[in-house]
Amino acid sequence: MDLGTLQTIWFVLFLVLVAGYAVLDGFDLGIGALSLLERNEARRGQHMEVIAPVWDGNEVWLLTAGGALFAAFPPVYATVFSGFYLALMLLLAALMFRGVSFKFRNQVASPGWRRFWDRAFGLGSLVPALLYGVAVGNILKGVPVQQTAQGFAWQGSFLGLLNPYALLVGVLGLAMFLTHGAIYMAHKAHGEAAASAARKAPWLWLSWMILWGVTTGISAWQAPHLFEGATGNPLWWVTVLVALAAMIGIPWALRGGRHGVAFLWSCAAIAAQNGLAALGLYPRLVPSSLDLAGSSLTIHNASSSERTLGTMLVIALVGMPLVVGYTAFVYRVFRGRVKPGEYYGNH
Amino acid sequence: MDAELLARLQFALTVGIHFLFPPLSIGLAWLLVVVEGLAWRRRDPAWESAGRFFGKVLALTFGVGVATGIVMEFQFGTNWSRYSTFVGDIFGAPLAAEGVFAFFLESVFLGLYLFGRGRVSRGLHWFSILMVAVGATLSAFWILVANSWQQTPAGFEIREGRAVLTSFSEAVLNPSMWVRFFHTIDAALIAGAFGMAGIAALWKLRGQGGAVAARAQGLGIAAGLLFAVLAVFPTGHEHARQVARTQPEKFAAIEGLYTTQSGAPLVLFALPHREPPTLKAKIEIPSLTSWLAFGDPGAEIQGIDRFPADEVPPLWMTFVSFHNMVILGMWFVAVMALGAFLWWRRRLDRTRWYQWVLVASAPLPLVACQFGWVAAEVGRQPWAVYRLLRTADAYSVTVGVPELLFSIVLLGGIGLLLVGLYLFLLMRQVSKGPDAVREVA
Repeated sequence: MDLGTLQTIWFVLFLVLVAGYAVLDGFDLGIGALSLLERNEARRGQHMEVIAPVWDGNEVWLLTAGGALFAAFPPVYATVFSGFYLALMLLLAALMFRGVSFKFRNQVASPGWRRFWDRAFGLGSLVPALLYGVAVGNILKGVPVQQTAQGFAWQGSFLGLLNPYALLVGVLGLAMFLTHGAIYMAHKAHGEAAASAARKAPWLWLSWMILWGVTTGISAWQAPHLFEGATGNPLWWVTVLVALAAMIGIPWALRGGRHGVAFLWSCAAIAAQNGLAALGLYPRLVPSSLDLAGSSLTIHNASSSERTLGTMLVIALVGMPLVVGYTAFVYRVFRGRVKPGEYYGNH
Repeated sequence: MDAELLARLQFALTVGIHFLFPPLSIGLAWLLVVVEGLAWRRRDPAWESAGRFFGKVLALTFGVGVATGIVMEFQFGTNWSRYSTFVGDIFGAPLAAEGVFAFFLESVFLGLYLFGRGRVSRGLHWFSILMVAVGATLSAFWILVANSWQQTPAGFEIREGRAVLTSFSEAVLNPSMWVRFFHTIDAALIAGAFGMAGIAALWKLRGQGGAVAARAQGLGIAAGLLFAVLAVFPTGHEHARQVARTQPEKFAAIEGLYTTQSGAPLVLFALPHREPPTLKAKIEIPSLTSWLAFGDPGAEIQGIDRFPADEVPPLWMTFVSFHNMVILGMWFVAVMALGAFLWWRRRLDRTRWYQWVLVASAPLPLVACQFGWVAAEVGRQPWAVYRLLRTADAYSVTVGVPELLFSIVLLGGIGLLLVGLYLFLLMRQVSKGPDAVREVA
């Protein structure tokens, strides 16, 4: 297999990991953010309980995506992560608090303790859910990176990352995850917690739909390079149709009360929307806002060697089917609605 | 303050905090494989309770370990971007493999283990803790592959100022990899064994726990003795021999050999002085280092004087941390050998002072892990990748001092807070005793 093919394969595999993260951790981040709206302590606890056995495995998709980026496209890993420095530190702080909140919340039977860890769980979910889109928005629009003799140099600032376009994509991502989380909650939770999520889901879906439309429109103006090559690619049009069908499928299934089906549509919509962004970027990984043609990081000028990409492909082909297999198995073991206290006991 | 020092400080702080948890998780996971296996096959309620209790401790330890570990996956890129660019072709692959083969396995099966009790068959439940242990060990394997490559790089060539992979198997099976892996996993098992024996000792001193405490302590002492011996010989011995061959300046620094000599002595104890580097109040055995390292009591060992001054690691810190680790290693053998003796004479429960020794020794393997890690990583200085890339050329130039200070305070602060909360919650769990555990994870 030649280098160019391997570079394209790794572009796709990295997308699979990122989209896998958005689909899987997406719903548990959304549920965490939704818990901030819940005033009743017991129902707030149910948000955490519904995802208790599975959230940790979901988060691994992010870590593996990070590792894969390091292995396959080291200059992207090095340039973007050091450039997004403060944003990443914020993300890490949020994920740290969120991670331990699952283990800590139900250890001490004091209302103050629980409120604190509920807040940590909620905010620790809200921040990554928002930053996901902010990061994607910045990448789509292009970041201030300049190719020099020493490699790619970052020339931006933290506040530069908080530009209106990136924030818009951030809100879009949040709406996406909130909808996704509400649907999962409606499907998995018990009683009022499920009913309340089911009531929110259509409205969240509507905001997601509107934001997606608005963002797509504004992208044509803010990031025209996303559409240059892509619109001539039949795969792009197929993905548009899948995304649209899935977006319409969600309210259709919700209306019939089939939340499991709505969740599958929501997974498809998230994957397709991430796919559209990736097809727009290809073969670039990180467009340069300073010099699009000369300084963008692409799969060709920012990849590892043929040997490394080939070795990594073997690792992925051996490992990922196993991962998908046992993950699916564990979801099957924990199928059905989660009764209050089922995993964390009644307090 | 300069950015290089701060970047190093941040890395040391975040890894140091994180590295308190994985050894305990790995050790406890393997001990739980035994505990749950015995509970399942023998249908023994005491082993059953031990499984529930230490499963809960594992959940807490693992949870804080994951939370403090997320930073690691990103901070090579954030703080060490020049390093990441230089080594990405090689170093990224084991990190990605760790995600694919290890993180998924341990995380997904930990969910099944903690929440699947009573929902899945006993066999599958036991299989799930086995997969957690295997996953945690694979995680250690891949991250130690990456670390070993920094120490003893292999399977690469330098092309356009970057290390490029020429052989994946040579890079993975680099000269220090297996000894480092076995020595580190052994240390993890010691940490788990001392943790289990120490918690049981606390219960015994309070008249709590009954059969659960007896079984847990028995397993802790048996495993502790076995792995404490293996930590000295062969894993520790072989690891030192490898360092003597592949990183002679690190070997000279940790052993305190400042001048080249034939028949180099083994320094058992000394008070090192910084300037000029000398050892005071030395207790040493003549020719022993030469014999241990090269099988010949007359072998010449290169001292620090053989190496250029700008290629020598900090001497004081490497000597002190290495020797403290060794002293602790001897202590572990002694404590567990005594425990085995008292157990054999059926005096374990009556010898209260020994139970106190077990309680006090419980956290020491984690201290030894920190010392060993400092000896290994400070001993690698001034290189980020041994003889290829200096640490001074490895940190991110785009990240300034204010950003570094901010992230040190943020991540260090959260890390220390989590360590404090972990200890608080662990002590609460322990003081409730093994029977108070409900279906809570």
